[in-house]
Amino acid sequence: MTAKLKSLVGKELGIAILLILLVAISATINPNFISPNNLQNTGNLIGIYGIFSIGLGLVIITGGIDLSVGSLFALLGVMFSIWLTKSGLPPALAFFGVMFLAAGIGLAHGTLITKVKMQPFIVTLCGLLLYRGLARYIANDNTLGFGKAEGFEWLKQLSTGAFLGVPNPLWVLFVVATIMFFVLHRTSFGRYLFAVGANEEAARYAGIPSARIITIAYVLCSLLAGLASVLLGFYTNSISPSAHGNFYELYAIAAAVLGGCSLRGGEGSIIGILLGTALLQALRNMVNLLKIPSSLEFAVMGVVILLGVLADSLVRKKKA
Amino acid sequence: MSNPSLLSINGVTKRFPGVLALEGVSLRLEAGEVLSIIGENGAGKSTLMKILGGVYIADAGTVAIEGKEVSIKTPADALTQGVRVIYQELSVLENLTVAANVFLGREPKKGPFLNEGKMVEDTRAILARLGSSIDPTTLVGRLSLAERQLVEIARALSMNVKILVLDEPTSSLTVEETEQLLNLIRDLRKDGVGILYISHRLDEVKEISDRVVGLRDGRNAGGLSKEEISHEGMVRLMVGRDIKRERVAHTIPADAPTMLSVAGAATLRFPESVVDLEIKAGEIVGVAGLVGSGRSELARALFGIDRFAKEPSLKVDGKEVRLRSSQDAIQAGIYLVPEDRRGAGITVAFSVKQNVSMPSLKDLKKGFSVDGEKEAAYAQEAVEKLGVKTATIETKVGTLSGGNQQKVVIGRWLMKGPKVLIFDEPTRGIDVGAKAEIYSQMRKLTDEGIAILMISSDMEEVLAMSDRVAVMREGQIMGILEGNSATEEQVMTLAVGGQL
Repeated sequence: MTAKLKSLVGKELGIAILLILLVAISATINPNFISPNNLQNTGNLIGIYGIFSIGLGLVIITGGIDLSVGSLFALLGVMFSIWLTKSGLPPALAFFGVMFLAAGIGLAHGTLITKVKMQPFIVTLCGLLLYRGLARYIANDNTLGFGKAEGFEWLKQLSTGAFLGVPNPLWVLFVVATIMFFVLHRTSFGRYLFAVGANEEAARYAGIPSARIITIAYVLCSLLAGLASVLLGFYTNSISPSAHGNFYELYAIAAAVLGGCSLRGGEGSIIGILLGTALLQALRNMVNLLKIPSSLEFAVMGVVILLGVLADSLVRKKKA
Repeated sequence: MSNPSLLSINGVTKRFPGVLALEGVSLRLEAGEVLSIIGENGAGKSTLMKILGGVYIADAGTVAIEGKEVSIKTPADALTQGVRVIYQELSVLENLTVAANVFLGREPKKGPFLNEGKMVEDTRAILARLGSSIDPTTLVGRLSLAERQLVEIARALSMNVKILVLDEPTSSLTVEETEQLLNLIRDLRKDGVGILYISHRLDEVKEISDRVVGLRDGRNAGGLSKEEISHEGMVRLMVGRDIKRERVAHTIPADAPTMLSVAGAATLRFPESVVDLEIKAGEIVGVAGLVGSGRSELARALFGIDRFAKEPSLKVDGKEVRLRSSQDAIQAGIYLVPEDRRGAGITVAFSVKQNVSMPSLKDLKKGFSVDGEKEAAYAQEAVEKLGVKTATIETKVGTLSGGNQQKVVIGRWLMKGPKVLIFDEPTRGIDVGAKAEIYSQMRKLTDEGIAILMISSDMEEVLAMSDRVAVMREGQIMGILEGNSATEEQVMTLAVGGQL
């Protein structure tokens, strides 16, 4: 058991240390970094990003990729806003509408990938273009929002409220991560995700319905993106269809890879993805608070991701 | 000092974490000589070859070529020294032409551009020397395995090799292709090339070798001169004991029920050919035939991996079965141990435990989750039943020897109580000792009333193990012979389309 614990911690230990170091340094230079206000806001973002990063992590573990997540935020956000503020649908119905649409899109991705044997990169790249375009067309390129959320304040609370001082999105992430930890690391379905990612052929010869497993991974990815899109919509309270969610799939991919997922498939963990997400958000926050020019934000993140993955490769090479 | 040997290896030692793979191994190879290296899997042959090829670096010992000590630290160093190793897994690129493969990394140029014309002409010349008329502009992906091997050899020749190392070159070749390769080796020998030949097929080794050296547990186990080479002698060299090579008498009770019956099956590759076959409980039906005769296609279709071109009437233990997926086959009790062990049999990155339990996880649950204790006990039982040699069940399966990997795949199905087991090349690339264990395991299975369909290109294996031998050609069964009386000649006659 201890050996198992050791191997589990060992993989994620490096990034955990990096995260602690980063927080410690930032807090020393600018104490505002750990002010309640800043922690609340960063916690909010970690909650939202963590949810869809887990979804993308599942897909990456099967050896796939989903590039459409960012555009999906725009499309789902636009639909959600229209259903709530223009069509006047009951909030619960609007919420389930978003989840239903997301699941349908995930199912379409999975089917094209497993049945028609198209490459995940291509399928979801087309999704990236298609959903962005649809969002802009439907919204007429106008920025939408949720106004004062009259009639669905409770739903908005899910994104902007807090419980016991902890922002609600972080609670949602906690629930999602707990469930997904169990699913990925304790159930047969989770094992199959790894098996399909490590060697799909061998998985098929072991009688695993690999097409179904992969399809479910894409559905879960889109569903978690759907959940995150509701939280994000309320968080920004303004959905500009041409910019909303831009690059978010890349944040998720970066978080998963930083957290130990291999783009070749077959490797990864929920804890790693969470740590990766937290590290990325802490980094963005640091750029802000340390008065590093915000134009450098992407550059800083690029360098840190590169260093993180580089360190990981070097450690592996040494072990081998 | 008189003429130094072409190659002399002295006291080479190589240690891996926890294993001493080679310990003070020495050997000599003369120009124009074919030296075969034999030994069970894990004896250190491949490690030795990889040291020669620059993939591994020896911890101790020296390698000298033509009397001069050389340092081989990378595959490029090996090539510079005139050493070319052709590994079991061929390293040709399927998306390039034959000529592009032969000159890969050393392309002749005309100014800044590739000199395609010269590449093609030179390749044609080399292939002609090898007695082949493969068109240099063909994509390698279109070639048969034997032809691809020829491309590898052509590549080696284009580099002026002095020492050619062949690691299990015939493991996926047909009988005729093997004969061609052996002839080629004889020609190369005449040209003064020194050849190190590694093979589990002792008949070949006997036919081609000038000398044989044995490795056992990473150490020199002695050698045989040309006159001393015999089947029994080689086996003794490898295992240090005699293994009998006789057919075990075996009879199936006349009233044994039919376990598998297939009528009117046609595979996608040969949609016009129809296969009818019955296997009784406790019977082993061997399927012989040349590579490409449609045997593996039949196996895959029977396991639900491929569709049938014509849906057969299929009965398992008297019950009508339809196969839409491998889950259906598993449900019906039909299991397959596939030919491509590393590609389709095992998941190398998984532990022994995870490989064994993979198809049974649903039965090892506590609530929603996989019960770790149940899973471990389940895997442990399979490991003990089959005598898998592994440190623990948490060991990564990729680190085990081929024979033990195969036992893991068999163990995974054994635990599920199979009715019909299909083996596709069950002992390919597996050493003599592990082979014998797999054979006795197969016999144990049939004693329990399981029906076995065994596809094999190893004639000895087919004749020794089968109760009946079905010979396939172009997707069709050309004849079924009684295992007790079938001869190699009869099988080959049917396999090439002749009449008995």
